[in-house]
Amino acid sequence: MSFDEFFVTGDPLILGSQIAIGLTMVGVIVLVTYLKKWKWLWNEWFTTVDHKKIGIMYILAGVLMFFRGGVDGLLMKAQTSRPGLDILDAQHYDEVFTTHGVIMILFMAMPMLIGIMNVVIPLQIGARDVAFPKLNAFSFWVFFAGAMLFNISFVIGGSPDAGWTSYFPLAGKEFTPGVGNNYYAIALQIAGIGTLATGVNFIVTIIKMRAPGMSWMKLPIFVWTTFITSIIIVAAFPILTIALLLMTLDRLFGAHFFTVAAGGDPMLWLNLFWLWGHPEVYIVVLPAFGMFSEVIATFARKNLYGYKSMVYAVAGIAFLSMLVWVHHFYTMGNSAAVNSIFSLTTMMIAIPTGVKIFNWLFTMRKGRIEFSNAMLWSLAFIPCFTIGGVTGVMLAMAAADYQYHNTMFLVAHFHYVLIPGVVFAVFAGLYYWWPKMFGFKLNEKIGKWHFWLFVIGFNLTFMPMFFVGLDGMSRRMYTYAESTGWGPWLGFSAVGSVIMAAGFAALCYNIYWSFRYASRDVGNDPWNGRTLEWSTASPAPHYNFAVVPKVEKLDDFWYKKKKGDTGLKKKDLKPVHMPSNSWTPIFLAAAFGIVGFFLVFEWFTLAIISGILIVIGLIANSFDYDDGYHVSVEELEEEEREWRGDLQ
Amino acid sequence: MTSQSTPLEYQSQQTRMNILGFWTFLGAEIVLFSTLFASYFILEHNTAGGPTGQDVFVLKDVLIETFLLLTSSFTSGLAIHALRNNDLKGVLIWKIITLVLGASFLAYEINEFFHYVHEGVTMQTSGFASALFTLLGTHGAHVTFGIIWIALLLVQVARRGITVQTSSKLFIASLYWHFLDVVWIFIFTFVYLKGMVM
Repeated sequence: MSFDEFFVTGDPLILGSQIAIGLTMVGVIVLVTYLKKWKWLWNEWFTTVDHKKIGIMYILAGVLMFFRGGVDGLLMKAQTSRPGLDILDAQHYDEVFTTHGVIMILFMAMPMLIGIMNVVIPLQIGARDVAFPKLNAFSFWVFFAGAMLFNISFVIGGSPDAGWTSYFPLAGKEFTPGVGNNYYAIALQIAGIGTLATGVNFIVTIIKMRAPGMSWMKLPIFVWTTFITSIIIVAAFPILTIALLLMTLDRLFGAHFFTVAAGGDPMLWLNLFWLWGHPEVYIVVLPAFGMFSEVIATFARKNLYGYKSMVYAVAGIAFLSMLVWVHHFYTMGNSAAVNSIFSLTTMMIAIPTGVKIFNWLFTMRKGRIEFSNAMLWSLAFIPCFTIGGVTGVMLAMAAADYQYHNTMFLVAHFHYVLIPGVVFAVFAGLYYWWPKMFGFKLNEKIGKWHFWLFVIGFNLTFMPMFFVGLDGMSRRMYTYAESTGWGPWLGFSAVGSVIMAAGFAALCYNIYWSFRYASRDVGNDPWNGRTLEWSTASPAPHYNFAVVPKVEKLDDFWYKKKKGDTGLKKKDLKPVHMPSNSWTPIFLAAAFGIVGFFLVFEWFTLAIISGILIVIGLIANSFDYDDGYHVSVEELEEEEREWRGDLQ
Repeated sequence: MTSQSTPLEYQSQQTRMNILGFWTFLGAEIVLFSTLFASYFILEHNTAGGPTGQDVFVLKDVLIETFLLLTSSFTSGLAIHALRNNDLKGVLIWKIITLVLGASFLAYEINEFFHYVHEGVTMQTSGFASALFTLLGTHGAHVTFGIIWIALLLVQVARRGITVQTSSKLFIASLYWHFLDVVWIFIFTFVYLKGMVM
């Protein structure tokens, strides 16, 4: 393999990126060395098993990936802003929309949500950590290894270019011979291991580690949505594992799962991909629903309307999410009967979703609504998401779908679902739980800029795409003729995307500003919250709760506050058992990353040799009998006094 | 504290969670193998003019494999019985027998693969062949992993004796071993028997 097959060359945009990446990496290493922070990084972050720190690292990685995916989006918008432009050529455009999709779903939405779950779930159920803290660290680091592997593709070897769905036969070796799609198969596989482990971890955490007295119908709704999401993860991710395995075998070892000539079946890929892919949509959307529910109840100062119906609706959505995958390919040769059945199951999802929308509206009815930033995002979510939902029902009708299939209408639809449904929720969740993570609030005024720019930009970007889609513009077109008349619509859309990017910049500025100037005096309960995370210090101490809370009812903390019963008795303090840091998760993840890289380039000898690293990591992990350590009563007392004043 | 009759591996909160976590993981494994079975059923008859299952399956070898793996599941159960009786020697002996049976199974399976290649069925022959090798290979890889895993656990048990931790690890590894047996029963029925009859 020659040099310019290994490094991507010949494109000034990419050359610039290569230089920028190189300089940034050198800069970071020099800076950390100069500040003598390596030891601190290793002890406090790289080897940590603390769910809050792991959550923060997930969120940080999610923000970085949001930037990367966002730049991809802006490039596409620039290219299609006018007819016949030449900013990106067809090949480069293919790569950009592929990586945009993969990154936004798997490396932005997933880590953002899993990050917030990590920070919040143990706190909401009154636990000191997740069930398997070391596995949790492993989940993060393999996700990160997968994300990094995927991202280096655009400077080393070339990016995948067959769409985020990577349909066969296009994604096969015959039509996509480069290493790009190997990156897709292998990086997603590595990140997927982490997600599956997270699913198992949260299922056990929520079943086994709830505070005494917190029975199932007293769980905060976000815990419920996380629990059900975790079940979907365990049920759906193994399908992706196999789909990617078969893809890898086809591409790397000449197997014939998806190649027509030797008896393979490309439709097998589509079915497997969407058997995972559609539940995946609900994996990202259900926890987001949970977050909105928490925020709306808090800022309407009312308990969540129809709590039980909310739980059943989430469970119903999860069940139905497994039965709709064929609606992604109505036009690809199913019988009318099959299409009709999947059309019905798809439309049925609108029922539990509608229940949820009404529950949110009724929660707000006659509430004393406080328009904080977290609440603004939740309010904007409802109408925007409803547009996404209603166009979803339009797409669900198989006969009509022959008009919409693979058009910009579809693209607009799923952006109207995923941006309000996931991104708005992540923003709401960040503003809401930020003080619990860092001990200060994000600035509300800069937050308003963030909010208005982003929401207006979002609507301007995606609304026009419905119309060009209905007019017949298919997705993934890198350019179009002026005579189509789409120029003005897509011009508006491009302007909107710039406004949306400005909104994101406002968020980044807000984080910077608040880190430097925001008041550190926020107390444990800055929003007058309802759930247990607000009963402990902000930021939460590493042991979470000095004394595990006893729960009597739903929103227990809210009622305890009313009774004035939130103090801590000194005699209740007992030493707290905590897990020790571990080097094996990051070591294993690095090993997976290295093996993955060699597999991408089909350097099998090197892959097998470095595979020994994985074996070493697993063995070291198995032989590690470290049983953690205890936080002494004196330390607990000191830390608790710091924010509570005197103990009772 | 839990009562005297609670098995050792269930006596701490952490090991109880480990066991529940592993059951959940087995749930994921069921989905994983179901997906492989489904893919195999889709591609079963797509031999692209190459040999079919009927042409290459050898009933005698498959029966021996089945016998070896099923017996290993039984001896693994005996090892857990010894574990419950706090009989370290029994645990080691029955687990070592399990591993020997598992390794013999693997040897037969590798031999079976050589036979297929000799008959002209390789990963690259047809959709059917790819699916067959992937399903059998994934199961075989699981067995290989299980043998190494249990062998390393035996080192730990021999060193540390039967404790809450070591017993829960062995118990979990045995769940895994039984699961592989269950998968094999499906492979035996729906790949070999069905393939030879239909």
